[in-house]
Amino acid sequence: MSWDEFFVTGDPLILASQIGIGLTMVGLIALITYLKRWKWLWSEWFTTVDHKKIGIMYVLAGVLMFFRGGVDGLLMKAQTSRPELDILDAQHYDEIFTTHGVIMILFMAMPLLIGIMNVVIPLQIGARDVAFPKLNAFSFWIFFAGAMLFNLSFVIGGSPDAGWTSYFPLAGKEFTPGVGNNYYALSLQIAGIGTLATGINFVVTIIKMRAPGMSWMKLPIFTWSAFITNIIIVAAFPILTVALLFMTLDRLFGTHFFTVAAGGDPMLWLNLFWLWGHPEVYIVVLPAFGMFSEVIATFARKNLYGYKSMVYAIAGIAFLSMLVWVHHFYTMGNSAAVNSIFSLTTMMIAIPTGVKIFNWLFTLRKGRIQFTTSMLWSLAFIPCFTIGGVTGVMLAMAAADYQYHNTMFLVAHFHYVLIPGVVFAVFAALYYWWPKMFGFKLNEKIGKWHFWLFVIGFNLTFMPMFFVGLDGMSRRMYTYAESTGWGAWLGFSAIGSLVMAAGFAALCYNIYWSFRYASRDVGNDPWNARTLEWSTASPAPHYNFAVVPEVETLDDFWYKKKKGETGLKKADLKPVHMPSNSWTPIVLAGAFGLVGFFLVFEWIPLAIIAAVGIVIGLVANTFDYDDGYHIPVDELEEEEREWRGDLE
Amino acid sequence: MSAKSHGFPWNLLVGYILSIVLTLLAVFIAFNTDFSNNIIIWVIGILALFQAIIQLFMFMHVTEGKEGIINVINMVNSLILALIIIFGSIWVLTSGHASMH
Amino acid sequence: MTSHTTTPLEYNTEQSQMNILGFWVFLGAEIVLFSTLFASYFVLEHNTADGPAGQDIFILKDVLIETFILLTSSFTSGLAIHSMRNHDKKGLLIWMIVTLLLGAGFLYMEINEFIHYVHEGATIQTSGFTAAFFTLLGTHGAHVTFGIIWISLLLVQVYRRGITEKTSSKLFISSLYWHFLDVVWIFIFTFVYLKGMVM
Repeated sequence: MSWDEFFVTGDPLILASQIGIGLTMVGLIALITYLKRWKWLWSEWFTTVDHKKIGIMYVLAGVLMFFRGGVDGLLMKAQTSRPELDILDAQHYDEIFTTHGVIMILFMAMPLLIGIMNVVIPLQIGARDVAFPKLNAFSFWIFFAGAMLFNLSFVIGGSPDAGWTSYFPLAGKEFTPGVGNNYYALSLQIAGIGTLATGINFVVTIIKMRAPGMSWMKLPIFTWSAFITNIIIVAAFPILTVALLFMTLDRLFGTHFFTVAAGGDPMLWLNLFWLWGHPEVYIVVLPAFGMFSEVIATFARKNLYGYKSMVYAIAGIAFLSMLVWVHHFYTMGNSAAVNSIFSLTTMMIAIPTGVKIFNWLFTLRKGRIQFTTSMLWSLAFIPCFTIGGVTGVMLAMAAADYQYHNTMFLVAHFHYVLIPGVVFAVFAALYYWWPKMFGFKLNEKIGKWHFWLFVIGFNLTFMPMFFVGLDGMSRRMYTYAESTGWGAWLGFSAIGSLVMAAGFAALCYNIYWSFRYASRDVGNDPWNARTLEWSTASPAPHYNFAVVPEVETLDDFWYKKKKGETGLKKADLKPVHMPSNSWTPIVLAGAFGLVGFFLVFEWIPLAIIAAVGIVIGLVANTFDYDDGYHIPVDELEEEEREWRGDLE
Repeated sequence: MSAKSHGFPWNLLVGYILSIVLTLLAVFIAFNTDFSNNIIIWVIGILALFQAIIQLFMFMHVTEGKEGIINVINMVNSLILALIIIFGSIWVLTSGHASMH
Repeated sequence: MTSHTTTPLEYNTEQSQMNILGFWVFLGAEIVLFSTLFASYFVLEHNTADGPAGQDIFILKDVLIETFILLTSSFTSGLAIHSMRNHDKKGLLIWMIVTLLLGAGFLYMEINEFIHYVHEGATIQTSGFTAAFFTLLGTHGAHVTFGIIWISLLLVQVYRRGITEKTSSKLFISSLYWHFLDVVWIFIFTFVYLKGMVM
C-alpha cells in the first residue's frame, strides 16, 4: 500500500480537515507542554476512577462528536439545498451520511447519556461511586478508542460508505473493497465492549448501592430509567457484537455469512442489526425520559404525577423493545403473518409512551412553573416528540410502510423522535446538572438564545422532509432534478440547519462565557430540587457524601428540607474508603484501539503484536490487589465546613 | 449451602451422574428410536435444558447469596431473550419470500 | 461486612458480593451472545453450498468424548470450590489443576476435530453453514482457552496468598464461568451435533 492510498487524498475539503487536525493536535500538545499540565492530566483525568470525572469526559467527548456529526449534517444540507449541486460527489455524500448516522447515535447520543448517568446516578442513590470504578474508567477509554478509530477513517484509509446500517451485500468486500467498512466493524466492536461494561456496572450499582431505606419504589425516576436502560444494554449489545464479528469475518477472512452465492444470507445481517438496533433506540431514549421527568417535577414544583405508572411504562417499553425489530424491514417481502405481528407489537409501544406523555402533562397541571432553560427544553420536547411518535404509528403499519419505506418521511420521523427525545434531553440535563458538575450555572440568557435558535432551526430543518418524503423523495439521494419541485422545501431545510447550527454555537459560547464569568456562589441546591444529589456540595466532593444519607420517602431531600433536617452531625463522620487511580484502563483501551487499527488494514502480524499489549494489561489487572485508601475525618470535616459553615 | 459444604459433596456427585446419564439418553433417543425428527429434537432439547438447570442449581448455586432471587430473575430473563432471538430469527428469515428454499 | 457464619467466605465483603452479582449479569449477556450465534447457525445450517453438510463430517465418538471431558471438568471445578469452602487450599489447587488439564484435553480434541473437517473440505470459507458452525464452535473454544489462562493466573494468586476474601471470590467467579461453558457445550452437543447427525 502506497502513501497516497493510506492517506485520503484528492478532496480539498478533506485536505483542509487533515491540515486542521494536524495543526490542532500540534497546538494542543504544545499548549499542554507550555502550561506543564501533562502530569496533572495524567493523574487527575487519564487515570481517574471517579465517576464524576469520567462522566465529564464522556460529556466532553459527546459534545466534540456532536460537532463532527453536525458538520456532516450541514454538508448534506448544503449539497441538497438546490437541485443538481455538486459540492459533494456521490461517493463523498455516501460517506458523509454514513458517518453522520454512526457518530450521532453511537458516539454522540450514547456518551452524552452515559456521561450524565455517570455523574448523576451514584449521587442520586446516595452512593460514593459505581460498583466497579476501574471498569468504569475502562468503559470510557475503550469507548473513546473506538470513537477515535472511527473518526480516523476520513483522513486515513477512507470513510465507511454503506450507510449507518451497513446493509449487506453492499457492505461486503465485493461491493465496497476499501477499508472504510472495516473501520465501521472494528470501531463499533471496540466501543461496544465499553457500552456493555457500562451496562453491567450500572445494573449492579443500582441493585446494590442504593442508600439505606431507598427501596425500589423510592428510587428517583431518572435512576429507574437508567436502570432499565442498562438492562436493555446488557440484553442487546451482545447481538451487535456477534453481527459485527460476522461482518469482520466476512470482510477480513473470506467467510460467507452474508453472501448468497455461497449459502450466506444478507437478510441475516438486517435481522441481527435490528435485533440490536431497535432496543438501541430505547437505550438512547429511555434515560432521556427520566431526565425530563426530573426537570419537569423540579420546575413545576410538584411531585411527578403517576410515579408508579411511569416506572411500569418504562418497563413495558423495555419489554416491547425486544419484540419489534422487523418493522425496520417490512419490505424484505416477508409473510403476512410476520408483518402483521410486528405491526401489532410496534403499535403497542405507543400505549406506554402515551402514558408517559400524559404523566408529564398532569405534572405540569396547576404547577407553579418556572421557565428556566432546562424547563424550556422539556416543554418543547413534548409537542415535538409527539409529532415524531405519531408519524411512527403511521410507519408501524406494514402495508402503509411500503409507501413510506426509505423515504425522507422516515428520515423526518426519526429525527423528530431522536432530536427532541435525546438532544433536547441532554441539553435540559446539562443546564440542570451543570452546577453539580462544575459549581456554576450556565448562563440563562444565552441559554434562551441557544434554546430558541435550536428549536426553531430543528423544526425548519426537518418539517419539510415530511413533505418531500410524501412526495416520493427517497433518503440518501445526493442530488435531484429541478423538475421534482423539491428545491424550495430543501432550501428551507438547509436554512433551518444553519439556524440549528447557530443554536449549537450559542451553547458553546455559553459554556465558554459561564466558565469565565458565571458566579461560583450557587450553593448546593440552586434549583430547590427534590433528589439526593442536591444535598451535597456543588461541585460534588470526590467522596460524594460525607455521611451516607438515610432515605425515608420518594423525593426524600425535598421533605428533609421542609423539616430542616439537612444538616450534618460532626459525630456521624467516619473515614471514607476510596478506590485508587489506575493506569490499566487507558493503556488497555489504547491497546484495543491499536489492534483495531491494524486489523482495519489487515496487517495481521502487527495486530497480534498489539494484542500482546491487551494480554499484559489484563494480567497486570488480575494481579492488582490495590485496596484503595481512606479519607480521614478531619479532611472530611474541613471540606464540609467550607460550604456548610459550622457542623452540628 | 455452606452447611452442607463440610461433608461429602453429594449434590455435585448426583449432578455429575445425572448429566452423564442425560447425555447418553439423548444419544440413545437420537440414534436408536423411531420417533420423527421433530419429536427427537424437542425431546433432546428438553433434556439439554434439564442439564442446564442441573448445572445452574447444583454446580453454580444460582440461588445462593443475598441476590439469589435476582440471579434467578436474570437467568429467566436471559432465557426469554434467547428464545426470542432464536425463534424470532428463524421465523423471520424462513417464512414468506424471505425463504430461499 | 456481613456476618461470617452463614455465607461462604467469597460473599464476605460488599465488593465481593457485587463482583459475583456483576458476573451473573455478565453471564446473562453471554447467554444472549451465544443465543445469537445459535440463531444464526440455525438459519444457515442447511446452506451448505457445494461443501459438506454436518452429517457428512461429524464423528459421534469424538464428540461424545469431548462432551464427557467437559462434563467431568465441570464436576471437578465444583469439587475445587467445595474444597475452597472447607478452607482446603491443597484440594482447591489440585482439583482446579485437574479441571484445567481436562480443559486442555478438550481443546486438543477440538483442534484435531477442526483439522479433520478441513481435510474433509469444510473450511470456514466453504459455505454459510461452515461459517456459522466454525464461528459458534470457535467462540466457545476461545472462551475455554481464555478460561484456562485466566484460572491459571488465579491459581498463582491462591498459591501465593492462600484462600482469602479476595482470592475466594475470584475463584468462585471463575468456576461460574467454567460451568457456564459446560452449559453452552451441552447445547452445542445437542443442537449442532446430534441434530446435525439425525436430520
